[in-house]
Amino acid sequence: MPQSTDQAPRELARDLRLEGVTKRFGDFVAVDDLTMMVPQGSFFALLGPSGCGKTTTLRMVAGLEDPSAGQVFIGDEEITNLRAYKRPVNTVFQSYALFPHLTIFDNVAFGLRRRGVSDWKTKTREMLELVQLEPYASRKPSQLSGGQQQRVALGRALINEPGVLLLDEPLGALDLKLRRQMQIELKRIQTEIDVTFVHVTHDQEEAMTMADTIAVMNHGVIEQMGAPGELYENPTTTFVANFLGQSNLIVAEVVDASGQTVVVDCHGQKVGVVASRSHTDEGKGWLGVRPEKIFASPRGSETHDGANVLTGGRITDVSFVGVSTQYLVAMPWGQELMVFEQNTGQRGQFKNGDEIDLTWSRDHAFLLDAGQDVHAGVITPEDIE
Amino acid sequence: MATTTAAAKVRTASTQPAPQQRGVWRWFSDHLVLIVGLGVLLYTFVPIGYIIALSFNQPTGRSATAQFDAFTWNNWSSICQPEGLCASVKLSFQVSITATILATLLGTLMAFALVRHSFRGRSTSNLVIFLPMATPEVVMGSSLLAMFVAFGFDGVLGFITIVIAHVMFCLSFVVVTVKARLTGMDSRLEQAAMDLYANEWQTFRLITLPLAMPGIVAAAMLAFSLSFDDFIVTNFTSGQSVTFPLYIYGAKLKDFPPQLFVVGTLMFLVSFLFVIAAELWRRRRRVT
Amino acid sequence: MTEVVTPPTPPPAVDAETSRRRGWGWLLLVPGMLWLAVFFLFPTVQLFFTSLYDPTGSFTLGYSMTWHFANYYDAIRDTWNLFARSFMYAGIATFVGLMLGYPLAYAIAFKAGRWKNVMLVLVIAPFFTSFLLRTLSWRTILADHGPVTSFLQTVAILPDNGRLLATPVAVIAGLIYNFLPFMTLPLYASLDKVDYRLIEAAGDLYSSPFTGFRKVTFPLSLPGVVSGTLLTFIPACGDYINAELLGTPRQYMVGNRIQAAFLTEHNYPLAASLSIILMAIVVLMVVVYIRRAGTEELV
Repeated sequence: MPQSTDQAPRELARDLRLEGVTKRFGDFVAVDDLTMMVPQGSFFALLGPSGCGKTTTLRMVAGLEDPSAGQVFIGDEEITNLRAYKRPVNTVFQSYALFPHLTIFDNVAFGLRRRGVSDWKTKTREMLELVQLEPYASRKPSQLSGGQQQRVALGRALINEPGVLLLDEPLGALDLKLRRQMQIELKRIQTEIDVTFVHVTHDQEEAMTMADTIAVMNHGVIEQMGAPGELYENPTTTFVANFLGQSNLIVAEVVDASGQTVVVDCHGQKVGVVASRSHTDEGKGWLGVRPEKIFASPRGSETHDGANVLTGGRITDVSFVGVSTQYLVAMPWGQELMVFEQNTGQRGQFKNGDEIDLTWSRDHAFLLDAGQDVHAGVITPEDIE
Repeated sequence: MATTTAAAKVRTASTQPAPQQRGVWRWFSDHLVLIVGLGVLLYTFVPIGYIIALSFNQPTGRSATAQFDAFTWNNWSSICQPEGLCASVKLSFQVSITATILATLLGTLMAFALVRHSFRGRSTSNLVIFLPMATPEVVMGSSLLAMFVAFGFDGVLGFITIVIAHVMFCLSFVVVTVKARLTGMDSRLEQAAMDLYANEWQTFRLITLPLAMPGIVAAAMLAFSLSFDDFIVTNFTSGQSVTFPLYIYGAKLKDFPPQLFVVGTLMFLVSFLFVIAAELWRRRRRVT
Repeated sequence: MTEVVTPPTPPPAVDAETSRRRGWGWLLLVPGMLWLAVFFLFPTVQLFFTSLYDPTGSFTLGYSMTWHFANYYDAIRDTWNLFARSFMYAGIATFVGLMLGYPLAYAIAFKAGRWKNVMLVLVIAPFFTSFLLRTLSWRTILADHGPVTSFLQTVAILPDNGRLLATPVAVIAGLIYNFLPFMTLPLYASLDKVDYRLIEAAGDLYSSPFTGFRKVTFPLSLPGVVSGTLLTFIPACGDYINAELLGTPRQYMVGNRIQAAFLTEHNYPLAASLSIILMAIVVLMVVVYIRRAGTEELV
């Protein structure tokens, strides 16, 4: 069962906890026995492809969906059966869901007035100033741009000072530049106020940029949960390896799992994986290594002590991407591996047909068990809408 | 239009008629549909023109409708002169307002049920609601009358039975109209309201109802006009009472007083102004 | 209808709120349904039983129920020509109505621009005034020495002493006129949903405007055509006002006969059987329509 990697003892402040939460729609299981804990005040990302159950999970926390089984807690208080309007939780919807017949002012003030807060007018004005939309207060949502609507949606939620703020892919409709801006903005706001942010997204770059902790979801379960760096460098499933960034996954057979380094046989060549990144200790496995960690050098040109070497590669494709050059390298056993090299300008480019060796440090590979689907998490053209 | 221009360019590439000719012909064929459409629209207004004209007609002969004789304002100044005319208009208003209120209320509830709730028997409900719209009025009217007679109500045919009949056939139209508005409504708005601490009643009152209101108003207006103008069903279920359409029908036996056309013109003008006013108000509220 | 291809997603959720409200749904539906059941369904069923009364009874003496199915045979035997005439008139009226209403609906949907709402209002504006008055108006317009008749006589379409009134032409013209919005508005609703880019795509793929219409626009507007046709043909079948005001007993339709049988002759079994036959034919057409389109599109 995936657990938070934070080992510090905590008094159960106002942490968000899900225990055994399941949601079934007829025969279809959208969320399968989910257990996770989001520490108070952290920025948490639920990352996964469409249909993985992340939005459904969010809605169950918001109270817009009843779980088929399981419980939801905030601190000690169980909120599983509370109606949405009784929970100290607010949501920023994907389409913003601004009330079209109310002005911006009334939209932002809505939650305060329902709760009977007495100085709602002052507070609303302050919030509008905070999100820099004061001049638009008497306009209707349809008269604002996408970015402005997004800020209204955010202000409308935050003004209620919720314990947990849920964000359902709020940046999806924005163009690239605006999205980057808002990512920084959201992160900044979150660190200033002590509110737990739970951010649902399918954009792995967005999740890695903003979150303290990421939970990668697939088919209703959490594949792996932890800090972005850890998920990226030490994935425990092929799905995570493929979904976050890109990975080369090579068939390998465990030869010796006794020491600090696990030795595996890759189509006749031996390489080592550091034990903490090895998730299987016998039989076949998937040797994983990220393209940017691989160093390509002309055949036989260098000696490599303590590093992994795969020889016999031949360049079959060269793509210049500005920041880096991406090579496809055909190995003797037929597989094409990806190698990304930053264009530091210190070395020339390889050409198609060049014979090369691939090297990488033992710390940089990981080993996954062979039972997993090597194609899990790979985005193909069919997946893109 | 893009397609016409592209296609026309391909075809006329080889043969080049004189630019002026091509221009006129092109304009005509581009706008052919619009011209025909406007022509049809104009055609629908011809009888209205006659009604307005006839309201100023001073009948010399037996019937006010046979031909134009003299122009007069008399008809307008003495609208209620023909016996029973104004009484029938008054009854029509009473009936239609009552029927509209009832039909709009019941129909709106049904529309909400059909759109927002899931339940078995949905297909049957849809069919039952559709049938009155598809049934000839003759059948609806006659069957209602037969039922009233069979249960011994033939002595009290009048206001109540007319209202009952009108609500019956207006219900379907109200449901269709409100349903159309509701299906276009984003249900996430109500979820957002709940997320922002509004309970079910507050959500309905503050979000759902205001957003559905244009549809409900349109449905009410439709119900009113269907009810006010109804003849066939009313004829069967009215007993001795006389609504305005019944009065017109009865008037054929004793010449058509020109005041009929005055009332007709007034109906047209008032409704027309009403709609124009609503449109202007709508345009002003929305700052484009 | 345009189809949008989407990747497989979980089935639409009956979310918490909806399932909690399952009981509510019935409650909201009940009052209206009850009204329809009592004042529409029940009378119709009762009408069916009335049609089986012994025809030898009378209004004053009462009727006896003898399951007299022969009433139907008699009714059809005596009035089949009225049915035929009604369907013919209604059919012609519907067809011409389609020819007139389609360009109008098309113009509003695609060529009206910012005048769209105004034009829609203008479509229904004439119907703000009593339809009896409008039909009477046609009586004046089509009168024997009126402008239309005179014009047609001048251009020799009508013989010199030809009439328009008291001919099927007038009755059908009246039917066309009265049901035009019922044809136009569903057509408009359907055309309005057509994505204009589809028509442009057809042009991009070398179709002439007419072919584009035939192969793209018209098929997509078919639901509107069917709705409009049904909503015109069905009431037109049962109409009798146009026949009565614009025609003579030689143009009378089934509706006239039913009204007379009910209100003048008080021959209830006959009137009821005629009504049931008419209704049965109508329901048959609706059923055929449902088979094609399902019930969700009905209401």
